[in-house]
Amino acid sequence: MATADTSSAHGGDHAREVSFYAAKTGLKSWLVTLDHKRLGMMYLVGTMVFFLVGGIAALTLRTELLTPEQDLVSATTYNKLFTIHGAVMVFLVIIPSVPGALGNFLLPLMLGAKDVAFPRLNLLSFWIYSLGAVFFLITLVNGSLDTGWTFYTPYSTSSGTAVVTATFGAFILGFSSILTGLNFIVTVHKMRAPGLTWNRLPLFVWAIYSTAVIQILATPVLAITLMLLMIERTLNIGIFDPAMGGDPVLYQHFFWFYSHPAVYIMILPGFGIISELIAVHSRKHIFGYKAIALSSIAIAIISFLVWGHHMFVSGQSELAGVVFSFLTFAVAVPTAIKVFSWVATLYKGSIEFNTPMLYALAFLFTFTIGGLTGIFLGALSVDVHLHDTYFVVAHFHYVMMGGTIIAFIGGIHHWWGKMTGRMFNEAHGRWGCLLVFIGFNMTFFNQFIVGQQGMPRRYATYVPQFQQQHVLSTIGSYILGLGLLWTAFYLLRSLKTGAQASDNPYAGASLEWQTQSPPIEHNFHGQPRVDTDPYNFPQIDRSGGMDHH
Amino acid sequence: MSSAHGQGPKAPHAFFQHHYNTVEQQAGAAKLGMWVFLATEILMFSGLFLAYFIIRILYPEMVLGSHELLSKTMGGVNTVVLLFSSFTMAMAVRSAQVGDTPGIIRNLIMTIGCACIFMVVKYFEYTGKFAHGIFPGKYFDYGRAAAYAAEHGHELVGMPHIFFGIYFTMTGLHGVHVAVGIGVLVWIMLRAKKGHFGPQYYSPVENVGLYWHIVDLVWIFLFPLLYLVK
Repeated sequence: MATADTSSAHGGDHAREVSFYAAKTGLKSWLVTLDHKRLGMMYLVGTMVFFLVGGIAALTLRTELLTPEQDLVSATTYNKLFTIHGAVMVFLVIIPSVPGALGNFLLPLMLGAKDVAFPRLNLLSFWIYSLGAVFFLITLVNGSLDTGWTFYTPYSTSSGTAVVTATFGAFILGFSSILTGLNFIVTVHKMRAPGLTWNRLPLFVWAIYSTAVIQILATPVLAITLMLLMIERTLNIGIFDPAMGGDPVLYQHFFWFYSHPAVYIMILPGFGIISELIAVHSRKHIFGYKAIALSSIAIAIISFLVWGHHMFVSGQSELAGVVFSFLTFAVAVPTAIKVFSWVATLYKGSIEFNTPMLYALAFLFTFTIGGLTGIFLGALSVDVHLHDTYFVVAHFHYVMMGGTIIAFIGGIHHWWGKMTGRMFNEAHGRWGCLLVFIGFNMTFFNQFIVGQQGMPRRYATYVPQFQQQHVLSTIGSYILGLGLLWTAFYLLRSLKTGAQASDNPYAGASLEWQTQSPPIEHNFHGQPRVDTDPYNFPQIDRSGGMDHH
Repeated sequence: MSSAHGQGPKAPHAFFQHHYNTVEQQAGAAKLGMWVFLATEILMFSGLFLAYFIIRILYPEMVLGSHELLSKTMGGVNTVVLLFSSFTMAMAVRSAQVGDTPGIIRNLIMTIGCACIFMVVKYFEYTGKFAHGIFPGKYFDYGRAAAYAAEHGHELVGMPHIFFGIYFTMTGLHGVHVAVGIGVLVWIMLRAKKGHFGPQYYSPVENVGLYWHIVDLVWIFLFPLLYLVK
């Protein structure tokens, strides 16, 4: 294999050991495990359960929107549904999904380490995540929440729903995110195998690292914002509530100072997955390795300077609006560098149209639409028209769902054999991908149009002229739901009936493929060593290079 | 702690964790992790400092009038106490580095003592405020607070509940950090008594020390901003 002199690490040279699943058994072996692989699997289960919860809320509100009148649910229930959908999907699904599940499982493997730097802290992160999830569940049964996932004041200080419980849940989840980020930063700095220099890190690692930097710099600000909101609601100290002399726009500044970088906490890990998927499944050295790696860092930095573009119509100064608009355009540059590099990687590659690659291609299509429509919203004058319309809804779903979630599902397929030791059925996978792709685009593409025509977001009712497009969206969402359920079905079934996965089913060159599938408890036999970067694929590399060996 | 380049790795100590390759790697990870954690602490408090400055810009006279009700003496005493505790904390780390276990314990006891004095002073400050109707937010009793201010020759203007809201929030969060500090200081003191620390292994002492210094540092900013506005 091209990556490493793994003579001491290669599974083949040793008698096969039992996998980390078989090494220990029983409930306790999971609940108090320090093994990053088990924690990764538990995050995967946790995020998927809440993906279902958020998805059910979404399908219910899409069903309400089949007709212009209010029929299925009351307006209040509708408000609670979109709030729960948003809050659950952001705080319990997308933010922890890729770092929590794939990051935990893969990061130490990709670094050739036995574990993350602080395994006990890692377990603590997971339990803090679970505690935050419990608070969200308490919110659901205790009056729910109707403020929208952004908890905007002054409504959130007066709403009769369980704002404090929900906010406290998000506050707790923030600490899980911070501790995971901290752990990953130290792991990347300190736990790399001999020879694994920064320029030889898989791009997934670069992406997780950049994400971790944002997590530790932005999330504390969310913590203090939510703490102030809780204090404002319980004591009325007069910081955000205008009736008490506070400033509601200050809340928005605070909130978006976290929540815009948080958008990149959500999408950067997705970028990392796509880099791996495209390189491995087109059998070609990634184009512009350093550009992709450093553009992640550039995005991490610029992401802190653009929060004001959420507030163009909130009464910030015109000058601030112009500056934020310009900086927003600037984020497009490193993002475009990535997209062009991926496309250039595909060029003359030996492309395998298997399920992971299909998801990667779907990502290129949907994320690019999501990114480009962000430019519309970043332009001051256009945003005044599009603000708080379905155009915004479509835009961020193209980025969050069409970007992160599509990449996440692609990543799950790519590493499914490594994680579970079983291969899913390829044909089933392709059908699932097709359903998800068609359903997703059918749901959201016409929302750009309906939004541009003036349909505001967050309403249970609408004027009859929009019905046709809403019906189309709702049918699309059913297809999307069906595709996702189908995907869950065949993946779970593969655990029983799937073919045994080989150690390296896609002939990847990074270190996680150099150990057994599923990996042994201590990851590698002996200490892996690395002497080249992880994109030097043997034999069919047509990028002008010769076989490395 | 650093062994010269080219020498072999240090012999593993009793607290070496086996997912690390070397003792140096473990110590380096612990230290980097702590610094990253301190960065998150600074960002969390900086949100509160920002809120404070916004309030001060929005209502300068109100902040000026309200701050006169805070006791500069108690705040000043607490500042001196915390500064001294940072010194004893640094001495405790030094004692650990040279393997002087009685020194670690002695210095940690002094640090914990200072932390407790700080909390006691804070308790009297808070109860002294509450006694005159100075509560955070909507519980603020304007009539009693204004009468108390007039007794001391000061005048309340505008909406002083906002100043005291941010005062109680900032000092309260800082107080929580001091309380957590006492907890971890006691923890490493008990470990020191068992003889866990020496030149080979003193990361916990060093990291608790770093935490304690940041708690001190936050107070160094809180004191002038809240007590010494004029």
